[in-house]
Amino acid sequence: MQAGSVEKWNWAVIREGAAAAWPICLGYLPIGLAFGVVAQKAGLGLVEIGLMSLVVFAGSSQFIAVSMLGAGAGFLPIVITTFTVNLRHLLMSSALAVHLRSAGKGWIALFGYGVTDESFAFNMSLFRQGNWGWRHALVVNHVSNFAWFASSIIGGLGGSLIPPGSFGIDYALPAMLICLLVFQLRGPVYVIVALVSGIAAVLVSLILPGNAYVIIASVAAATTGLFLSKKTGTEKRET
Amino acid sequence: MGNIFLLTLCMGAATYLPRFLPLFFFSRKQLPPWLTTWLDFIPVAILSSLILPALVTGGSPRHLDIVTPELAAAVPTLVFALKTRSLGGTVVAGMGIYWLVQRIFS
Repeated sequence: MQAGSVEKWNWAVIREGAAAAWPICLGYLPIGLAFGVVAQKAGLGLVEIGLMSLVVFAGSSQFIAVSMLGAGAGFLPIVITTFTVNLRHLLMSSALAVHLRSAGKGWIALFGYGVTDESFAFNMSLFRQGNWGWRHALVVNHVSNFAWFASSIIGGLGGSLIPPGSFGIDYALPAMLICLLVFQLRGPVYVIVALVSGIAAVLVSLILPGNAYVIIASVAAATTGLFLSKKTGTEKRET
Repeated sequence: MGNIFLLTLCMGAATYLPRFLPLFFFSRKQLPPWLTTWLDFIPVAILSSLILPALVTGGSPRHLDIVTPELAAAVPTLVFALKTRSLGGTVVAGMGIYWLVQRIFS
């Protein structure tokens, strides 16, 4: 189906990875634009906006940091908030690691930089479908990062000129996540895990501020899934 | 504004470490089967925990809010995804559905 080898670098790998990444890029566009607008209003220059999108590459953390800066928050609270907001990536990278066994240390270091909610879910689905190696995934990560970087720069330049909500583009990302969730519903146990996680997340989110609900609900739901699969004897081995 | 650069670098380290450390350690180790099974449930669990609260809660402090265009658009988007299993198609269809639903809501 695909020409790009999973075993080594070649142009086909880069082409296929970049071509597959467009739904993520489209999803990042409105959020990147919005970040650029907000950051520019908070007094950040274009270089600072671009650098933050390149180096931090975490949507919610960047919005929070900019609003904390605007509120005159100190250095340390912003860094600590950033850290806790992104702790959920611990879970995602743990799940991704199985697929990076053949990658060298340098490549793994580069890969880690691009792990986001979206690229994680996207790559996990494609790894499962086969013909998708870590090189493809790495290209997806970095093309998405570029889209994030570019859209935040455009937002900083004049994003306020674009009417918010044009073409329903604000829904690109939610729609993508919904479809990626559908890809992950591979049997009754997965449907149960999704329900447990979703309901737990809603309940916890109503009690705790911040986004700790993602980690709490996911850990609880995955553990439920583990016990269910042990009981029903449908435990499946990866790789 | 030199402060912003230093802040950006520290924020970068704070986001990078949780991304990199598990990749580094777990890609070199043979994981016990139970952990592999557990991790196999992480994608579906994370996606669901990201999506549902965003659809049915809002405001600050957060409260239940189930009459939103986001939730109304999610149902047909989900059906479309189930029927077509097309990522790009669902993204485009979801945008169109949301655009329509917003017209109805406003």
